Amino acid sequence: MWDDPKRVFPHDGSMINVTNLTKAYGDTTVVDDLTFTVQPGIVTGFLGPNGAGKSTTMRMILGLDAPTSGTATVKGKALTQHGRPLTVIGSLMDAGAVHPTRSAYDHLRALAVTNGISTARVDHVLDTVGLGSVAKKRSGGFSLGMGQRLGIAAALLGDPEVVMLDEPVNGLDPEGILWIRHLLQDLAREGRTVFVSSHLMSEMELMAEHFVIIGGGRLIEDITADDMRAMAVGESTLVRADRLDDLVSHLRGDGVEIVSSDRETIEVSGLDAAAIGRIAVDQGIALRSLIPESRTLEDVFMTLTADSVQYQASTPSDRSGELVGASQ
Amino acid sequence: MTSTSPPATPDIDPNTTHLSPGKHEPMTATIPATNPNNTINPNTTVTKTPNTGTPTDLDAPMSANESGGRVRLDNVIHGEWIKFWSVRSTSITLVAAAFATVFFGMIFSWTVGSDEPAPGPGFGLTDPIDVALGGINMAEMIIGVLGVILVTTEYSTGLIRTAFAAVGRRTNVLRAKAAVLTASVIGVMSVGVLGALWAGQAVYGGTEPTLSMTDPELWGVAAGAVAYLVGIGLIGLALGFMLRSASGAIGSLFGGIFIGPQLMQLLPDSFTDAVLKYLPSEAGTAMMSRVNDPDLLSTGTAYVVFGAWVFGFLGIAAAMLRRRDA
Repeated sequence: MWDDPKRVFPHDGSMINVTNLTKAYGDTTVVDDLTFTVQPGIVTGFLGPNGAGKSTTMRMILGLDAPTSGTATVKGKALTQHGRPLTVIGSLMDAGAVHPTRSAYDHLRALAVTNGISTARVDHVLDTVGLGSVAKKRSGGFSLGMGQRLGIAAALLGDPEVVMLDEPVNGLDPEGILWIRHLLQDLAREGRTVFVSSHLMSEMELMAEHFVIIGGGRLIEDITADDMRAMAVGESTLVRADRLDDLVSHLRGDGVEIVSSDRETIEVSGLDAAAIGRIAVDQGIALRSLIPESRTLEDVFMTLTADSVQYQASTPSDRSGELVGASQ
Repeated sequence: MTSTSPPATPDIDPNTTHLSPGKHEPMTATIPATNPNNTINPNTTVTKTPNTGTPTDLDAPMSANESGGRVRLDNVIHGEWIKFWSVRSTSITLVAAAFATVFFGMIFSWTVGSDEPAPGPGFGLTDPIDVALGGINMAEMIIGVLGVILVTTEYSTGLIRTAFAAVGRRTNVLRAKAAVLTASVIGVMSVGVLGALWAGQAVYGGTEPTLSMTDPELWGVAAGAVAYLVGIGLIGLALGFMLRSASGAIGSLFGGIFIGPQLMQLLPDSFTDAVLKYLPSEAGTAMMSRVNDPDLLSTGTAYVVFGAWVFGFLGIAAAMLRRRDA
C-alpha cells in the first residue's frame, strides 16, 4: 500500500527551511546562525545534547518564538501565514500539554474544530495511536507513554505534510519506541516530512536517514545516516600479538598512530587490518587477535558534540591510554 | 478497514494508521505549484474528501491537500467553547458563583432588618436591591479567578502553545477565550443575579419597599451586575495572559481590583473623591445600584469607565501576546 505512487506527497524540495536562524536572550545565544533544510520522504533526526537549542529552533519553526535574526519557514512561508496550520505541520512539543481533567477526545476535538477538521478524524487518529478505548477518560490518568501517544495523535490530526516531534520517545517503553519508529518511518514513506528531535543517537540511528546535529546552538553536522556510518568505521584496529613490542616497531611509519590500551593490546590507526596482518606475517609474529574497531554512531555523535556539552562530566571511557608510537 | 491486520501487531496497518489512497489523488490537482488557478472556496473550512468509494474515506475525512481556507475566529471560539465546557472545574466554578450570589443575597436580605439601627451586613446598605446583590462581592472573586485560570492552566501545562501553533494568530485565542467567557458568564450569572434579586425581595427583612420582578429598574440593576461580572472575568483573563502564572495574576486581581480601592478609602477624602469612583470596582457598584450616591459615577458614565478598564486590560494583554514569545 505504501508503494502506491499516488500516495506520495508531491513536493518541490525542502519542506522546512531554516536560514541563518539566531535566537538570543540578552547575552545568551541559544540558537546561533543555524542553517539547514529538512527534506520530505525521510525521517530527519534533529540531534544535540540537552540545551543545544533544539526545542528553541522548533518553537521558531512553529512561529511561537520570534527569531532574533534569520528565518524559519514551512513550505516556503512562516507557519503563521498558512491558512490552517494543523494541515501543514503537526507538532508535538510537550506531551504534558493537556488539561488533566479533559478527556483525550475533547482535547483533540477542541483542537480539530479550530482548523475545520471533522470529529471523524479525531476518532481516526485516536485509533491510530491506540487510545481509542480510553478516549473519553480523563487524560490526567494517562501514563507518560499514553501522553506521548495523545500528543502524536494531535500532531496527526490535520493530516499534515510535515510532522515535527520534540523528543517523542521520552518515557516510552520499548514497545512504544518500536511503535513510534514504525509510525514515523511509514509517515516518511508516504512522502511526508518527518523531523524528530532527540538527545540520544542510539534512538535516532534506528529510524532516521538524515541527521541535523547541533551543539551550543550551532550546526555541527548536516549529514546522511550513511555518511555518518562511514565516519564510524575503519578508524583503528585492535591488535594482540605475541611479540607486541617487536610488532610496534615494524608498524611505525608515516601517519600511523599506535596506542597501547594495556600490556597485551595495541590500537593502531593509520593502517588497516590487512596491512597490519601482512606486516605481522612478514615478521613472523603470531597475531592473537586483529579486530577492526568500529565506533558506534553514538560514539561519533559524542565526539562531534563533545565541545558543546554543558555541564560535562568526565567519562570513564575517556581514552587514557599511553601514546607509544605516534609518528612525527 | 482494519481487516488486513490485527491492531496488536507492531507493524502498523496502513488502513488504520494512514490516510486512504483515494484522498491523495486530488492533491496533485490542488497544489498551487501545479495548479495556479486552484480555487478552493475560502469559506469551506469543514472539509470532506470527495468520496471515491473506498470505505476508508470516512475514516480520514480530513486531508492535507484541502488546506484552502483559513482559521476563522468562529472556529477558534468553537474550540475554546469545547475546552471551557469539557473541564468540570470551570462549570463547577461558574455554578458556585451563581449559587454564592443567591445564597449570600438571601442571607443579607433576610437579616438586613434584624440589627437596627446599625447598618445591615450588606456593606452598610439597606436598599432591597443592593442588599440582594450583596453576594456579588463573592461572585466577582470567583469569576475573576475563573478568568485567570482559563489562561494560566494552559500556560502551566504548555497547552497554550499547542493552541497558538494550531491557530497561527495568537490574539484570536484571546478573543475566543474572551467570547466564550462572556457568553458563559452571561448565561449562568443572569440566572444567579435574577435569582438573588427574586429571593432577596421575597425574604427582605428591612423597612424599605421591595421591587417586583417586573420592575424595569430591577432589570437594569441585574444587567449592570451581569455586565460587571463579565468585565471582572475578562480582566482576570487579561491578567492571565499578561502574567501567565495563576499566583501572579490572582494576586494582581485581588490586590489591584478588589482590595486596592478599599485601602484607598483610608486616603484623604479630597483624593479619594476624585479618583476612587473611576476604579473598576466602584464603577461596577454604580452600574448595579439604583441609589443615587454622590460618591459614585452616574450609571451611564460608569458603563463607559468600566468598559474602558476592561478593554484597556484586554488591549494590553493582546499587545503583549503579539510581541512576546509564546
